[in-house]
Formats: sequence, structure tokens, C-alpha cells
Amino acid sequence: MMLAAVISGFLVGGVAPWVIRYLGDSRGSLALAALPALLFVYFASFVSSVAGGETARMVTPWAPGLDLMLSFYVDGLSLSFALLISGIGTFIVIYAGSYLHDHPQLGRFYIYLLGFMASMLGLVLADNIITLFVFWELTSLTSFLLIGFNHEQEKSRKLAVQAMLVTVAGGLAMLAGLIMMAVVTGTFELSEMMAEPDVLKAHAHYTIITILILVGAFSKSAQAPLHFWLPNAMEAPTPVSAYLHSSTMVKAGVYLMARMHPGLGGTDFWIITLSLFGGVTMFLGVFLAIQQTEIKKVLAYSTVMALGTLTMLIGIGTDGALIAASVFLLAHAFYKAALFLIAGIIDHEAGTKDITKMGGLRHSMPITAAAATVAGFSLAGIPPFFGFLAKEMLLEATLDADLLALVLTLLAVGAGALVVAVAGIVVIRPFYGAKVETPKKPHEAPMAMLVGPLVLGLFGIGFGLMPGLAERTLVGATAAAMAGEPVDVTLYLWHGFNLALLLSVIAVAAGIFLFLNWNRVRARLEGVKAFSESYGPEAGYWRGLDLLNWVAFWQTRILQNGYMRYYLITIVMTMVVLTLYAMVTRATPQLATTLTGVQIYELAIALIIVLAAVFLGWTHSRLAAVASLGIVGFGVALVYVLFSAPDLGITQVLVETLTVLLLVLVLFRLPEFLDLSSNAVRLRDLGIGLLVGGTMTLLLLMIGDVQYFEPISWYFVENSYPIAQGRNIVNVILVDFRALDTLGEIYVLALAGIGVYAMIKLRSEDQSKGGPR
Amino acid sequence: MEPLMAFVVGGLYAAAIYLLLRRSLAKLIIGLILLSNGANLLIFTAAGLSRGAPPLIPEGLQTPDAVVADPLPQALVLTAIVISFGVLAFAVVLIHRAYEVVKSDDLDMMKDTDR
Amino acid sequence: MMEGSLILRTAARFLMPLLLTFSIFMLLRGHDQPGGGFIAGLIAAMAFALYVFAFDVPTTRRILRVDPRGMLGWGLLIAALSGVISAMLGQPFFTSQWWPIQLPVLGELKLSTPLFFDIGVYLVVLGTVMTIVLTLAEAEE
Repeated sequence: MMLAAVISGFLVGGVAPWVIRYLGDSRGSLALAALPALLFVYFASFVSSVAGGETARMVTPWAPGLDLMLSFYVDGLSLSFALLISGIGTFIVIYAGSYLHDHPQLGRFYIYLLGFMASMLGLVLADNIITLFVFWELTSLTSFLLIGFNHEQEKSRKLAVQAMLVTVAGGLAMLAGLIMMAVVTGTFELSEMMAEPDVLKAHAHYTIITILILVGAFSKSAQAPLHFWLPNAMEAPTPVSAYLHSSTMVKAGVYLMARMHPGLGGTDFWIITLSLFGGVTMFLGVFLAIQQTEIKKVLAYSTVMALGTLTMLIGIGTDGALIAASVFLLAHAFYKAALFLIAGIIDHEAGTKDITKMGGLRHSMPITAAAATVAGFSLAGIPPFFGFLAKEMLLEATLDADLLALVLTLLAVGAGALVVAVAGIVVIRPFYGAKVETPKKPHEAPMAMLVGPLVLGLFGIGFGLMPGLAERTLVGATAAAMAGEPVDVTLYLWHGFNLALLLSVIAVAAGIFLFLNWNRVRARLEGVKAFSESYGPEAGYWRGLDLLNWVAFWQTRILQNGYMRYYLITIVMTMVVLTLYAMVTRATPQLATTLTGVQIYELAIALIIVLAAVFLGWTHSRLAAVASLGIVGFGVALVYVLFSAPDLGITQVLVETLTVLLLVLVLFRLPEFLDLSSNAVRLRDLGIGLLVGGTMTLLLLMIGDVQYFEPISWYFVENSYPIAQGRNIVNVILVDFRALDTLGEIYVLALAGIGVYAMIKLRSEDQSKGGPR
Repeated sequence: MEPLMAFVVGGLYAAAIYLLLRRSLAKLIIGLILLSNGANLLIFTAAGLSRGAPPLIPEGLQTPDAVVADPLPQALVLTAIVISFGVLAFAVVLIHRAYEVVKSDDLDMMKDTDR
Repeated sequence: MMEGSLILRTAARFLMPLLLTFSIFMLLRGHDQPGGGFIAGLIAAMAFALYVFAFDVPTTRRILRVDPRGMLGWGLLIAALSGVISAMLGQPFFTSQWWPIQLPVLGELKLSTPLFFDIGVYLVVLGTVMTIVLTLAEAEE
């Protein structure tokens, strides 16, 4: 059931284009929205038991022999995410049907969107780490397709690639970390790993594991300095931005850290790393946000701030901080999704994304303005909205932090002030004040686009006024999942007069001041913006990409130079170096040099073979070459016969004859041997040849002494007759003991024959038809 | 006897590599043939050589009555000989076709066909 | 290609049945004495290759009766099937099966899956070599 729920998005997505075609854009999108809505109801059925402290685990074997299970785990944390993903997903699907109305590729859009939703559900519900990783990378892939949805534009493609490179590279680091965790704990199931918190923390590799996991989480959740891809991902159509950046894609990293917290969290290393990265990202995000004028970019940078906040709270790790994180997670998902959808409405109805070019929109779109105001107040943290609750708890958590309390509180107050300004920029500025002419004549949005912001706004007020509702349902269970043990939660909207409230008031006052002077503040910060554009981490990314291209180009020029002999020299010299290295390091050089017992005719054969080979290198006559080849071949055949290999001798003689025949058929149709090389080149090649030959000689002289494994030949000798009823042991090996190998070999032989036939016959057929050669 | 064969194998390899590095197509083919002979002898010799003890079981016995030559490398080399003939035929025809396209025996001319 | 001399043609015609009989002999005795599918296949191929040089390609094709490419395919099929038999009997792939039978004059014939496999090898080798030789000789003409 759980498996079906997770992958249903892929299946329904597959038929989405037909649904859109037969039902039309509006009705089709409503029909498709039924899927996330049903999923939401399904996940909601878990709420009462999970809120009561229970967890559930569903396992479908995938490749059990490899410990690979499609196992899913439902606790407060995964359930909160699953509900957000499916719930907000419902509104996004409805909204997109209207936002992309009459877009010729709407069907394709739904394939990606539903596929993304399925990947995201799989990610947050997965218990098996391999399953987790697969879904993690699937979110990177599907979000790549969504961000690059307008693929006709080069910018879109480039930024989609950027988002994918950053997150997939981080995902690989995470994979390494996950596998090390599996090795340390001896299990692939996250729930079992987290049940034994001390195993990982006490292990010698704890630090490296944590770093690897965090690289994955930071890249996905856009922590500084990897934050740059997130605002760039705004190239996506607005419904995508609303979905990816409110509750899903970018929260995956936060989810990972929250999930790992019981097993990896609580150490000084964890607390300091996450608090600092999170705190800095929090401040930096909102600081960059007020420098922007494009509404989606402002929101994107404020999302960076939210992700930093969550990271910091998970880092602090006290019960209060974890509860604050749970509350903030929900609050942010509600207001941020709403604000993104509203930004889309403005763009759609007024025709601009530039905040400086809008104002007084409340007259023409009153409902949108109301929804925006609710979301904006929640963002700014004004009572009685849910966001206020989150902010109060955030400030209390930083004040109570075990480490770095002062630094984190200052960062939080600063960010709090700036976020008030951001709320003013994205809500007050466009909707209130004097009316400004916009490119399109603004009018109210259709119901399909309004339903999302309105319902989400209601949640923001509802949870704010009745915090017990949130507390009883999910916040407690989510915090407990992060802590790894039950957490006592009681939420109040009004915390009384305390330090946190005082700081909050200061922040709001400072924020209002900043907002009123926004134009001047922006002008002041122009220099900072220019500096970060040319020297920031994003500039580093582009330079890195250029460098990669340059290296690829350069090494292709060197390696793929088109000269066969250089390829060959590279191969043989590598072989020589590796062989010599192994000989020197792995064995004590003990050369066998005794030539006793060598018969005179054996010496003669050896000499003839070598002389014929040398002659081959020297001769210019093709006839002499073929004759000498024959001498080498028959000499080798004699060696086989003399040293107890009659089968080999016969085979060699027969093949040698056929080879001469083959050469007669082909070699004489090539021109005379040419002298194309200078003497210096010949000398070099002679040197290489002698080096390779010398290495082989050395190898053979040493090899008699070295024996790493017991030979298996005796088994064949002993059992050839008793088991396989054959007296010719070589033949028994070929057709019985190792018949499967021989089968492979005759297939190769047959392929070579067919290849010869194809090369010659198919060409002549082409020619007879007058086609190209 | 193995030390002597070690030098034979070395000589075959040296000549083969030298020929493979030539620019002439025909010499490339000859180099290939020498190389496969050298490799076969290498495997054959590496297992140790013995005179007059083919890996056969005399009539009426279950196992050989004396030490016999190692049958495993012989089985490996036997298929290698036959396959190298097939591959050689393939290479020869391939080179011949290439010659027809480029109309030159010079391997360096092949480089220009990529462009 | 020019036809071979009278001596070559007479020799080829005379040697053909001898070589073919010899190849069958080498094939059947291969399990106990030097020989086997590879060697026997090469000997048979030699006989036909000699014919190509002594006469011409059409004559050789006529003597061969079957297209060497078909021979090649049948060989692969027989070799693979000889492994499948044991799988059908519930044993691992390529476990050998033995059905010795008494023949009136020749004595005991050890009919077995390794023998089938060797026959498959024989056909593949003969088919491959003849495909190569005939194709090249035809290109020559």
C-alpha cells in the first residue's frame, strides 16, 4: 500500500498528457489533483496513531540478497513532510492548470511535476538508505526537468544544469556517507541505525561520515556557500518554484539532517558546524533578499534564510530548538508556498515581476491582497499568525543554545529585522500605496489560482490562534523523531513578557525602518551586490565549469591524438611500468637462469624463431615476410609438440597454414612495404620493443618462483577420467569442465567470421544498389 | 628450458611491438600475428615445461601413472590460437577496407578520416 | 582467381574424402586422444580451403552443400543446447550426460552431451573458417 502510494505519482504522471488532452486543461488538472489529494487523505489516516507516539514500517523486498529493501518508515518527521508534499502538491497541480493554461506542453509539465512529487514522497518515507539515495537523486533529476521546463531558452537550460550539478554532486558525497554508516552500524535501515545513537558517535570515522552527509544536505538545502543555485532555479515556471522552495526539494537536506540527528547530532562538531553554517546562511539569505527587486528572487533568498534557520535549529539540538524547527517547518511551508503562488498571480495578471514597477494592486485584486497580507504577516512574525509563534520559539532556542548563544541570537535578531523588511517588500509594496501602471491591466485571478494561497493562509491563522491543534497533531511527533526520544511539547501563542519578545519587538521596529527606506538601502548595497556577483561562490561555479571544459578539451587533444602508435605506446608503457613495479615490490627477484638439460635441437628451434622474428622487422619483401611468419608459426608448433602439448601442436600447424592462406588472399593486395619513418623514430620504437620484450623475459624468468594460489589443474587431472570419462585432459577441460568458457569463445569466433562477411558482402550489396559505400 | 623460452617470448614481443609501431598497414598485421604467438608461448611457458608427458590418461587407468604436463594452460592456449585466427581475419579485412577508403598504406592518413 | 594446376586439382580431389574422414576420426577420438572439435574443424576447413585454391569458389560451395554461415549458426545452437539438456533435467547448466551405446563393428560409442558440444565446436570452427575463406576468395574474383 505504502509502495503504491509512493510510486503512484510516476504512474499517474505517465498518463497525464492523455488526461489533459481528453479533459482539457482546467478539468484535466482538477482530475490530476485528485491524486495528491487522495494521498493527503491516506497520509492523514496515520496522524492519530503517529501523534500517539507510534511508528509504522512497511517493507517490500527489492533485492534481498544485497540487503536492498523498498522499506518505508512513518513517524512524525516523515509524516509531516508527506502531508506537506501531498497537501501543497494538490494546490500546485490545480494552480498550474490555470497558470499554464493553453501551454502546449502542459501534459509534459504534469509528468515532471507528479514524478517529482513521487520522488519526494519516496525520499522522506524511505527507511532503507539505498532507497533513500535513489529517491534523493530522482528528486534532483525531476527538479532538473522542472527548472529547465522552458528548455528553448539557453538560460533556463544552464541554470537547470547548475541546480542538478550542485545537488547531484552533493548526493554522491551523501551516498559515500550513507554507505559508511551502513558499514559501521551493520544495517541498511535508518530506523535501526537511529535506534542505537552511540554506535556512530563513538566510531573513529564519525567526523568524516558527518561531513559527507552534511555536504549532501547542504547542497540540497542551499546552505552558504552552496546557496547560489536556489535563486537561479527561479527560472522555473512559478508553480514549480512554489512547490520546490516551500516544502519539498530544498527541504530535503533539512529532512536529512533532522533524520540523522538522533544518530549523528548532539556532538560539539555537529552543533558548531550546523549552527554556524545555518546561522550565517540565515542572515546572508535575507540580507541578499532585500537587494533584489524581482519578486521571485526576493522570495527565493528569503527561502535561503528559512533553510539556514532550520539548519541552525537542528544544530542547536535542544528540545526547545527541535520543537521550534518543527513549528518553523510548518509555518514556513504555509506562508512561503502562498507567497510564491501570489507572486505568480501578480506576474500572470499584471505582467511584471519587478516590485518597483507595481503598487496599489489591492484595488484590482482584493482577494489576492488579503491572502498576501496574511502570508506576509506570518512571514514577518507578527501576532497572531503562526509565523509569530515560530519566531518566538526560534529566539528562545538561540538564547538557550549550549554553544555560541550570543552569536546565534544576534544573527537571528538581524535576520528577523531584515525579514520584516522582506515581508513589506513583497506584500505592502505591490498591494498597498499609490497605484502604479503595470504592463497588463490587472484583474483578480481565477479561483483555481486563488484556492491555494487562501487555504494556506487560513492554516497560518488557524494554527496561530489554536497552537494546540498543531501540538496535538504533528509538532510533538516530529520533534520526537528528531530527538530520538519523546519530547514534551506545549505551544502557546503568548509567551509573556520576556527577553525573546523584547528582541522580537526591536527586530520588527528595525525591519519597518528598513522597509520604509528600502530604496536608499538598496542603493547603498549596490557595491556589495556587484562584489558578490563577480567574486561570490557562483562566479566560482562558472569558473570551475570553464576549467572543466578546458581540461576536457586539453586532455582529449593529448589522449585522442589520432595516431595509432601513440595509443599503443601509452598502453604498452603503462603495462611495462605496472609489471615492473609489481615485480619489484611484490616478490624478491629470484631469476631462474639454469639452462641445463637443454637439447641442442631445442636451442636451434629457439634461435630460428627469434631470428625469423627479427628478420620480419627488417625485411621489405612481402613474400619473405609471409615465409618467415610461417617459420615462426611452425617453430612455435614444434615447441608445443616437444613440451607435451600434442593438441596445441596440431592446432598451431593447422592455423598457421590457414593464416598463410589468408595473408596470400589479402596481404598481396596491399602495396609494397613502405619506409615511412625516420631513423630516429625507428630507434625509439626499437627501444620500446626491446623494453616490452625485456619485461616479458624478466617476468617469465621470475614467474617460476612465484605462486600465490594453489593451482586448480590437479583437480582436472585427478577427475578427468573418474568423473568426466575422458582420457584427453585438455579436451575434457574444453568440452566438459570449462564448457561454458568454450561456449563464449566459439561465439567470439563466430562473430569474427560474421564480421568479415559483413564488411565485405554488405558493402558490395550497397555498391550494387548505387548507395554510398 | 624455461629461461631459454623466456628469451624467445621476449624476442617475439620485441619484434611484435616494433612492427605494430610502424606506419605501414601490412606490418601492423604481421605484428599482430607475432604478438599472439608470443602471448600464447608466454602462457604456455609460465606453467612450466616438461618433456614427453602429455596430459593423457593411459588406457586402463583412472589417473595418469606419472606426473603430466599442466593441462589447463594448454586448454587456454588452444582456444586462444583458434580465436586469434578469427580475430586476425577480422583485423586483416578491416585494415583492407580502411586501405580502400584512405587509399594509403600509411596509418597516419587514417587520422584525417575523423575530421 | 586462376585455377590450380592439374596436379593440385587431382591431389585436392583425392585428398578431400581422406581429410574429411580424418577430421571425423579426430573429432570422435578427441575425448581420449589428441584431437577434438577445434582440431577436427580446422582439418575439415583445410580440405575445403584446398579445394578453393585447386578449383574455384562455386565448385567448393557445391561440394560443401550447405552455406557455411548456416553451419556456424547450427554449431552455436547445438553447443548451447548440449548445455541446456542438463538444465532441463534439473541439474546445473552444462552438467554432462552419458548414454553409451554398443555399435556392431566399431565397438562402444560414448554418446554424451560433451560429444554434442564438441560437434557444435566442430561446426562453428568449420563454418567460421569457410565463411572467411569463401568471402575473401569471392572478393578476389
